[in-house]
Amino acid sequence: MSNSIRVNCTKKNLKLIRDFVTEYLRTLALSDILMNQIVLAVDEICANLIIHANHEDPSKYLTLKVHTVKDQVKFEISDQGRAFEQSNYREPNIQEHIRMGKKGGVGIALVNRIMDKVEFITDGTQNTCLLYKKIR
Amino acid sequence: MPMKITQEIRDNTVILTLDGELDASSSVILDEELSDPEIMKYTMVLVNCQNLNYISSAGLGVFISHLQRFEDAQIRLIFYNMQDKVRNVFEILGLDLLMTIVSDYEEARSIANE
Repeated sequence: MSNSIRVNCTKKNLKLIRDFVTEYLRTLALSDILMNQIVLAVDEICANLIIHANHEDPSKYLTLKVHTVKDQVKFEISDQGRAFEQSNYREPNIQEHIRMGKKGGVGIALVNRIMDKVEFITDGTQNTCLLYKKIR
Repeated sequence: MPMKITQEIRDNTVILTLDGELDASSSVILDEELSDPEIMKYTMVLVNCQNLNYISSAGLGVFISHLQRFEDAQIRLIFYNMQDKVRNVFEILGLDLLMTIVSDYEEARSIANE
């Protein structure tokens, strides 16, 4: 089974990415809730890369690779858009979002709460997000 | 599968039945539905989530962004028939404590009529 997928930066491809991750995770016999959480975390990162880092430019691409090592699943999501500045990230105050009627800004909070480790690496051109989740 | 939203009116209530997946691509149509000024004529918005198979932050964000406006207009927003995996996403952010999620239509009606 292929463990990588490359898609161009349109929001319609998020479904393709989720189907790819779901298909990969199916072999690991996870609970529905855990499987959905992991798919969600990958979807959130890819949505951010497509929308914010690459401005939905269909001439740009992101690559997703997935591996399982022992009891841990690891995702590598790479693109060449604007790098995410993890040091500037602040956890959202959901009640404040409700009060202000804010639509966005809770995706990374979901990823951080679901995954065991989240890393963003950049070499100036290529950005890679690494997501780790223990599954046993 | 793209998101399909069916709207039904019963007395002073709008029932929205969501069918499909709410992600960054499909949540736009939910936003359009909730932004419709017509919806402000009713006192309850019930959201049937039985066939809502997936929700991402974009879908949650749409509900978050309308909640205060509905509260200000004294419109109750109530979710029912939610799948466990979808409810879990609300719970991760604590939204289950800030929004009304009940088990089925009867419970939604009884809360709405309180």
